[in-house]
Amino acid sequence: MSDAPLLDVTGVGVTYGGYVALDDVSCRVVENSIHALIGPNGAGKTTLFNVVSGLVKPESGSLQFRERQYTGLRPDQILVMGIARNFQQVRLFPVLSVIENVMVGCHSRLPRTSFRDFVLGPLGRDKVDRLARERAAEMLDLVEYRGDTKAPPSQMTLVDQRRIEIARALASDPQLLLLDEPAAGMNPAEASQLSEIIRKIRGLGRTVLLVEHNTRMVFSLADEVTVLSAGKIIASGPPSAVKSDSAVVTAYLGNV
Amino acid sequence: MFNSYTESLAVFFGINVLMAFSVYLPSSAGLISLGQGGFMAIGAYTSALLTAKDVPFALALAAGAAVAALIGVLVAAPAVRIRGIYLIIATLGFGEIVRILFINLEFAGGASGLSGIRPLTTLWYVVGVCFFVGLCLWRLRTLTLGRAILAVHEDETAAEAMGIKLLQTKLIAFGGGAAIAGLAGGLFAHYALFIDPEQFGFSRSAEAFLFVVLGGSGNPLGPVIGAAVVTLLPEVLRFLQDWRMSFFAVLLIGCAIWRPGGLVAARPPSRL
Amino acid sequence: MVFLQQLINGVMLGSTYALVAIGYSLIFGVLRLLHFAHGEVFMVGAFIGLGAVVYLHVGPLVALLCAAVGCALLGVVIEFVAFRPIRRRNGSLLAPIVSSLGVGLLLQEVATNLFGAEQTRFPPQFEGEMIRLGGLFVTSTQLFILGTSFVLMLAVHLFVSYTKYGMAMRASAESTDVARLLGINVDTVIVLTFAFASALGGVAGVLVGFAFSAISPFMGVSMSIKGVAIMLIGGLGSIYGAMVGGLILGVVEVMTVGYLASSYRDAFSFALLIIMLLVRPQGLFSGASAAKR
Ligand SMILES: Nc1ncnc2c1ncn2[C@@H]1O[C@H](COP(=O)(O)OP(=O)(O)OP(=O)(O)O)[C@@H](O)[C@H]1O
Ligand SMILES: [Mg+2]
Repeated sequence: MSDAPLLDVTGVGVTYGGYVALDDVSCRVVENSIHALIGPNGAGKTTLFNVVSGLVKPESGSLQFRERQYTGLRPDQILVMGIARNFQQVRLFPVLSVIENVMVGCHSRLPRTSFRDFVLGPLGRDKVDRLARERAAEMLDLVEYRGDTKAPPSQMTLVDQRRIEIARALASDPQLLLLDEPAAGMNPAEASQLSEIIRKIRGLGRTVLLVEHNTRMVFSLADEVTVLSAGKIIASGPPSAVKSDSAVVTAYLGNV
Repeated sequence: MFNSYTESLAVFFGINVLMAFSVYLPSSAGLISLGQGGFMAIGAYTSALLTAKDVPFALALAAGAAVAALIGVLVAAPAVRIRGIYLIIATLGFGEIVRILFINLEFAGGASGLSGIRPLTTLWYVVGVCFFVGLCLWRLRTLTLGRAILAVHEDETAAEAMGIKLLQTKLIAFGGGAAIAGLAGGLFAHYALFIDPEQFGFSRSAEAFLFVVLGGSGNPLGPVIGAAVVTLLPEVLRFLQDWRMSFFAVLLIGCAIWRPGGLVAARPPSRL
Repeated sequence: MVFLQQLINGVMLGSTYALVAIGYSLIFGVLRLLHFAHGEVFMVGAFIGLGAVVYLHVGPLVALLCAAVGCALLGVVIEFVAFRPIRRRNGSLLAPIVSSLGVGLLLQEVATNLFGAEQTRFPPQFEGEMIRLGGLFVTSTQLFILGTSFVLMLAVHLFVSYTKYGMAMRASAESTDVARLLGINVDTVIVLTFAFASALGGVAGVLVGFAFSAISPFMGVSMSIKGVAIMLIGGLGSIYGAMVGGLILGVVEVMTVGYLASSYRDAFSFALLIIMLLVRPQGLFSGASAAKR
C-alpha cells in the first residue's frame, strides 16, 4: 500500500449551536481498503460523512482527496471528484422508478444527449439513455438486487432500498464509497451477503469507508478501524489492536 | 373546417396549454410560480414590437421566448434559494412588477397598450408549437435533465449528493418555463391583435397555476387536461348564463377538496 | 404643508390596508395559507356597509358593526366549506390556494350578479366640513377613518396581548406549535381567527367606501395581492408587522401618486416586496426562524 492516503481528514470540527458534534477529528483512509468507522449512537459518524461528502461545512480543519485539498467544494463537485455515499435514513427519489433512481447516479458520468438522440428517443434509439440504463442494471446486479426495477422504490423492503441506494452511489463510479449503516435492519444472512458485496466492491479497486453497528461484521471485514466517541477519535488501527484497546472497551464495546 | 368561434376557442385553448406547460416545467423542480403572466407579457410585447418592425414571425416568437427566458433566469438566480410559499409570493410580486413596468413603458404603448398587431398566429402555428413543447416535456423524463429536475423536486440534499447541480437545474427549469410562457405570449399577441398590461396580470398567472393544479402535475397530460377544463367548461356552462362563473368557482373548490392532486395526473406524494 | 397633507392621506389609506393585512397575517400565521379570497371578504364588507346605510338608514358606526358581523360569519363559513375539508384530507400546499382562488372568484361573481360590474356609489356619511388642525385641513370622513382604524388596531393589540384566545392566536401565528403547547384547541383558534380576520377586513371595506364614495365587486382584487405584499414586508404572520407594513405602503402609494405619477402607484409596494424577499425574507418584525420554511 502506498503512503499517501486516498482521503485525509485533518482536524475537522463541527458544532451545532454550541453542541460539539466533531472535535478535532483526523482520519486517513488508505486506497483500496475497507475502513470501518464505529462509535456509540450520537458519536458523530454521520456528521463526519456529511463533512466528507460536502453536505456540512466544517468550521475548522481540512479535507484532502488524492492529496488535493477540497474543503468547501459543493456536494455535486465532490461526487464528480469520486466520493459517493448512501444515507442512514434511506433517501431515494420516490417518484422515480428503481432503475431511474440508479440512473440518476450515472448522471455525472454521462455525455450530453445529442439532438439526434433526443428526436429518435421515442423509437428507442437514444444512446445516452441506453447507456445509463445498462449501467444502472449492472449496478443493481452488483448489489444483488433481484426485485422489480420499474416499480417505485417505496414498494420495496427497507433492505432492498438500501441495496438500491448503494447501487445508485456506485453508478457514479466513485473511488471512495461512504456507506452509513448499510446493514441496519438486515438479518444475519443478508448482512453476510452484504459483506460479500462490499468485498466485491473493494475487489473492483474501490475504497469503502463503512459506518456499522454490527461489530461482528466490522471486525471480519475491515482492514482498519477508527473509533469515534462523543465527537472525538479515541482509537484507530487494525481490528485486532482496536478490539483490545482499553479506551474503546470502556467507551464503546463495554456499553453494548 | 372550423368556423371562427371554434377556431378562436381552439387557439386560446392552445395558448392556455402552453401557459399550463410554463407552470408545469418549473413545478417539476418544485418551483411553483404565480407570476407566469409576467413572462407571457414579456414574450407578447417583445414579439409584437419585433413584427411591427417586419421581423419574421418565427424569429420574433423565438426572440420573445428568449427574452422571457433570460429575464426568468435573472429573476430566478436569487429567488430559487427561497422556497415554498416564499417563492410563490416572490413570483407573484414579479408578475405585478412586470405589469407595472409595461404600464410605464412609453414605447410599448403604456397603459393603453399596443394595437394594430399583425394577425400572424394561425391555428396550425399554435398546434405546432403545442405539440413541439409537449413532446419535449414528454421526453424530458428520459433525459438526464428531466430526471435531475424530478430528483431536485423530491430531495434536494440527496440530489446534490448524487452530483446534480442544484442551482443550474432549477434555473433551467425556471428559465424553460419562462420561455414557454414567452412563446404563449407571442402567439397570443398576434391573435388578439391588441395587448395591454392588464391582460397579463394576476388573474392570468393564477389561471395558469390553476391549470396545473387542477389537471395534476405528475405528467404533461395533467396541465393539458387542466387547461381544457378551465378553457372549455365555461363554454359548456353557457346555459347557466350569468351564474356560470360562479358554478365554475364552486367546482374549483370541490376539486381542491376531493381531487387535491389533480384530475388526471396526480403526482405521488412526496415532501415539499 | 402639502407634504404633511399627503402624509395624512397616506396614513389614512395605509390604516385601511393595515386592517386588511392584519387579517391576512393572522390567517397566514395560523394556517400557513395565502388567503387570496381575503380581498373579496373586504369587498363584501363594503357592500354590507352600503346595504346597511341605504336600506337600514343606520349611522356609520352601526354600518361598520353590520359589516364586521356579516364578514365574521362569512369568514367562518369559508373556513368550514373551503378550507377545513382540505385540512382533514391532508391536502397539499397548493390545494388551499386553489380553494381560496375559487372562493374569491365566487364572491366576485355573486357580487357582480347582484350589484352589477360597474362602480356603485356610496352615499357620503359625513358633512363635507373641514376641520382645521394648525395649517392642515382634515375632513371629518378622514378623521373618522383614522380614528376607527387606530382604535381597532389598539383593540387588536389588547386582544392578542391580554385575552386567552388572542394570545393563542398570536402564538399560533408566530409559531405553529406553541398554541398546541398552551393546551388550546387549535380548531377553535382557527375558526376564531377567520372570524376575527374577516371582521377586520369587512370594516376596512366600509371605511374605503366612506373614503372614496364608490365601491365595486372588483375592489378586492388588488387588495388581495397588496395584502400579500404588506404581509411579507411586515413579516409573515406578524400582526404588528402588518400594521406597520400597511401604513408604510399607504404613505408610499400616496406620495408616489403625489410626487411621481399615478402609474407608478403599485410599483414601490412590489419592488419593496422583492427587496424584502431577497434581503430580509423574515420581514421587518419576525424572528429569523420564520424564513427557513
Ligand atoms: N443538524 C443537526 N442539528 C443539531 N444537532 C445535530 C444535527 N445533526 C446531528 N446532530 C447531533 O450531533 C450528534 C452527532 O450526530 P450523528 O448523526 O453524527 O451521530 P452518529 O454517530 O451518526 O449516530 P447514530 O449511530 O445514531 O447514527 C448527535 O448528538 C446529534 O444529535
Ligand atoms: Mg448516524
